[in-house]
Amino acid sequence: MHKEFLMGNEAIALGAIAAGVNLVSGYPGTPSTEVLETIAKRRANQIYVEWSVNEKVALEVAAGAAYTGARTLVTMKQVGLNVASDPLMSLEYIGVKGGMVILVADDPGPISSQTEQDTRSFAGFSKIPCFDPSSAQEAYEMIQEAYVFSEKYHTPVFLRPTTRVCHGYASIDVKDAEEYLVNSPEGFVKDPSFVIFPKLSFQAHKRIEERNQILTDIFSKYEKNIIHEAKGAFTDAKIGIATGGISYTYVMEALKQFGMLRTLKVSTPYPFPEKLALSFLDGLDAVLCVEELDPVIEQALVNVCGKYHLSTKIYGKTTGNVQIAGENSRDCVCESIQEFAKANDYILATDTCNACEADKEQAPTLPVRPPVLCAGCPHRASFYAVKQAMKGKKTIFCGDIGCYTLGNAMPLDMVDTCLCMGAGLGIAQGVGHIEPDTHCFAFVGDSTFFASAITGVVNAIYNQARMTLIILDNSTTAMTGHQPHPGTGLTMMGEIVNKVNIEQVLRGIGVTSVRTVNPLDLQEAIEAVKAASEEPFVKAIIFKSPCIAIEKQHGCMFLDDTKCIGCEKCIRELGCPAISKDTQGIHIDASMCTGCGLCSKVCPVNAIGGENHA
Amino acid sequence: MHKNIVLCGVGGQGTVLASKLLAACAMTKGLKVMSAETIGMAQRGGSVFSHLRIGEDILTPMIAKKTADIIIGFEPGEAVRMLPYLKDDGAVVVSNKAVMPITASLSKSDYSAEQMISYLKSKVSKLTVVDTEAACKKLGTPKVMNVLLLGAAVRTGEIGFTPNEIMEEIKKRMPEKMYAINEQALFYEF
Repeated sequence: MHKEFLMGNEAIALGAIAAGVNLVSGYPGTPSTEVLETIAKRRANQIYVEWSVNEKVALEVAAGAAYTGARTLVTMKQVGLNVASDPLMSLEYIGVKGGMVILVADDPGPISSQTEQDTRSFAGFSKIPCFDPSSAQEAYEMIQEAYVFSEKYHTPVFLRPTTRVCHGYASIDVKDAEEYLVNSPEGFVKDPSFVIFPKLSFQAHKRIEERNQILTDIFSKYEKNIIHEAKGAFTDAKIGIATGGISYTYVMEALKQFGMLRTLKVSTPYPFPEKLALSFLDGLDAVLCVEELDPVIEQALVNVCGKYHLSTKIYGKTTGNVQIAGENSRDCVCESIQEFAKANDYILATDTCNACEADKEQAPTLPVRPPVLCAGCPHRASFYAVKQAMKGKKTIFCGDIGCYTLGNAMPLDMVDTCLCMGAGLGIAQGVGHIEPDTHCFAFVGDSTFFASAITGVVNAIYNQARMTLIILDNSTTAMTGHQPHPGTGLTMMGEIVNKVNIEQVLRGIGVTSVRTVNPLDLQEAIEAVKAASEEPFVKAIIFKSPCIAIEKQHGCMFLDDTKCIGCEKCIRELGCPAISKDTQGIHIDASMCTGCGLCSKVCPVNAIGGENHA
Repeated sequence: MHKNIVLCGVGGQGTVLASKLLAACAMTKGLKVMSAETIGMAQRGGSVFSHLRIGEDILTPMIAKKTADIIIGFEPGEAVRMLPYLKDDGAVVVSNKAVMPITASLSKSDYSAEQMISYLKSKVSKLTVVDTEAACKKLGTPKVMNVLLLGAAVRTGEIGFTPNEIMEEIKKRMPEKMYAINEQALFYEF
C-alpha cells in the first residue's frame, strides 16, 4: 500500500487495474472520461483499452470479453447508458462469466449533461446490482469488491459515482503493483445459454428475480452499507437520516456540528438492503432521506414501511423536504436537516445556518459567465459562414452534442434545436418533410458523426430527405478533453491505424454532393454553403480545421486604433472571448488571441491585421 | 492544521494547477487533503472554482458557506461570486484584472474590475489586490499568473505553507527550464 493524491476517476481506474481487469472499453462523457484515460496511461501491458465508437458498441465489446472469463470494465456517462441500453437489458438475462463492471457517472446539476437521470433507477429497471460510492477512497475499494459480486452471481454490476466523487481529489491508500490480482481468462466455451430466446429469457427472468431477493439479504451485511448509531443528546432520538453517495459526506459533516443522529448509509441502492433498513427504522418516528437525482432510497424505505406495517414517516424529495432537482450542497443539506429536526421538535447542537446568513449579503450584480467557444475556435467561423450565406432565407439549424452546442449563444445564435447525440439529422429531416420551404441544416461534430450520425445519413438518403449536413471536423473529441476517434487514426493502445475518412463514408452511403472546406477561409466557406443549400436532396459540407486547443497557433491579431471606428461589428457578430470593449475602446487580448483572423474579415474598415497562421 | 481554501476564476486561467500545487504541499507534509474542481463544459471560459480542504477530520472535498479561510481569486468578479464561502475574518487574494464576459460586452453592461475590487474592500479586511497584469508584463509571460497569485496567497500566512515549500512542488512537476520564471513569479514583490 502507498498513498497517492488521486481524482476519484483515477482511483476507480487504479481499483480496476488492481482487480486484474483484462479489457476496458468506453465512450467519452463528462464526468466519466478520466477512468478509461487513466487505465490507458497506467495500464500494465496485458490490459486492452479502447475508445469504442459509442456506448452501445463499448458495452458489447466488454460483454464479449466477459463471456471468455475476462474481467472487463465499460465506462460512460449517464446519457451514454441510454445508448447502451439495448444490449444492457438483454445482457442481464444472459449473464457473464468474467466479472463485468459498468461504470456510469451521473451528473447532478446537471453540470455538463442533457438530463438529470439516475443510474440507480436504471439499475432497478434493468435488474442489475448497483454500487454507489461516496468518496474516491470508497470507489477504489468498491470497484474491486464489485468484481467479486459480478463473478459470484454471473451478472454485470453498476458502479455509479456522481460528479463530485468522479472529479473530487483525495489522498488515498492504493495497492502496490505486486498486490494486483492477475486474471487469466479461460476462453469462450460454446454453450446454448449465450443465445437469447424467449424460453431461455423466461427462465433467466425467474433466476434474476430470485437472485436479487438473495442479494437484498447479502447486501444487508455488506460492510459499506452502514448504520451509524445516534450519540450524546440524540441517543434516544426518534428521528434518523438515510443517505448515500456524496450526500452521505455532507450529512456526516453536518452532524459533526449538529450532534449525531441515527444514520443509514446505502451503498447498494439496488437491490436494496431491506433487513438493514428494517433495523435502522426500528424505533424511529421519522426519517429524512438525503440524496441527489431520483428519490431512490426514499421510495425503497416507503416500500419497506408498507411491507412491514411500520408507522415511520419517510421525508425527502416527494414530501418537499429535500430539493427535488439539482445538485446538493453542504449548505442545502444543513438546511434540510435543521428544518426536519425542528419540525420534529428536536433542538440541534448549533443553530447557525451558514447558507442563510451568507445569502443575506448584498453583492453587486455579477455578469453571467456561460461557457463559450474558445478564441480561434474553427466552429465560430463555420457557424458564421452558414449564418452569412443563409441570411434572409427561411432556415432551421439543428445542433448536436459537443463543443459546437455552444454555437447557440449570442451573438452567433446558430443552434435552434439540440436533443441528444446524433439527433440533429433526424430532426432536420422531420422538419423538412412538413415544411418544404425551409432550408434544413444539421450540424454534427466528427466524433458525434461516428458515434451516432451515420444511420441518420443513411435514413436521409433512403427517404429522399432535403437537408444540408454540416460536419464540423476538428479532428478530435474536444468537449470531453480531446480523445481520439475513428477519424484520427490513433488508438488508446498507442497504435497508428488507417483513418476512417468522413468524406468517403458519406460518398459510400450515397451522398453525391460533398464539399470539404476550411471554415477560416470565410469567403470560400460562404460560397460553399450557398451552393449546397440550393442543391436538391442530401448534400454535405465538411468544415475541416483542427481544434485550437490542440493545434497550437502562434499568431495574434492586432487592432489599429487609428482605423477603428468603434462600430463593434467584431463583437456583435462573432462573440470571440479575446475581443472586448472598455471605456478606452476595443481590445484584442494577446494572451487569448490565436490569430485565426476571422475578425479581420468581418471588420468593415480593415482595422484588424496581424499574422494569420490559419 | 485545518484549512478550507477556495480558488476561483475563469475557465482556462490555471486554477487547477494552483490547487494541485497546494494539495501536493499538503501531501508532502503528510497532511490529509481533499479537493474538487470544475471539469467539463464550464472550462470553456465559464466560471470555475476549486475547493481545497486540508485536515485530519475532513470527510468531503466540498466547502460549506462562511467557512473558507482564504479565497484566491484569479478574476475580481469571480472572487465576489465566491465571497459567500469566506468565513468572517477570512482573507482574499485577488487579481485586479477583469476578464470581460461576452455577455457583458454584448449587453454593454458596466462590469469593471474597479467596481468589484471596491466591493471586496468594503467587505474584506484581509484583502490583497495583486496587479497581475503589470507583474506578468514585467516577467514577460501571461502564463505565470497562477504562480504569482499563489505566491501572494502563501505570503499572507493564511495557508500555512512557505513559498519555498511551493517551489519544491513546482520543481517536481515542471521542466527545469521553467524553474527560474516560476521562482520569480512566486517571490514577486508587488
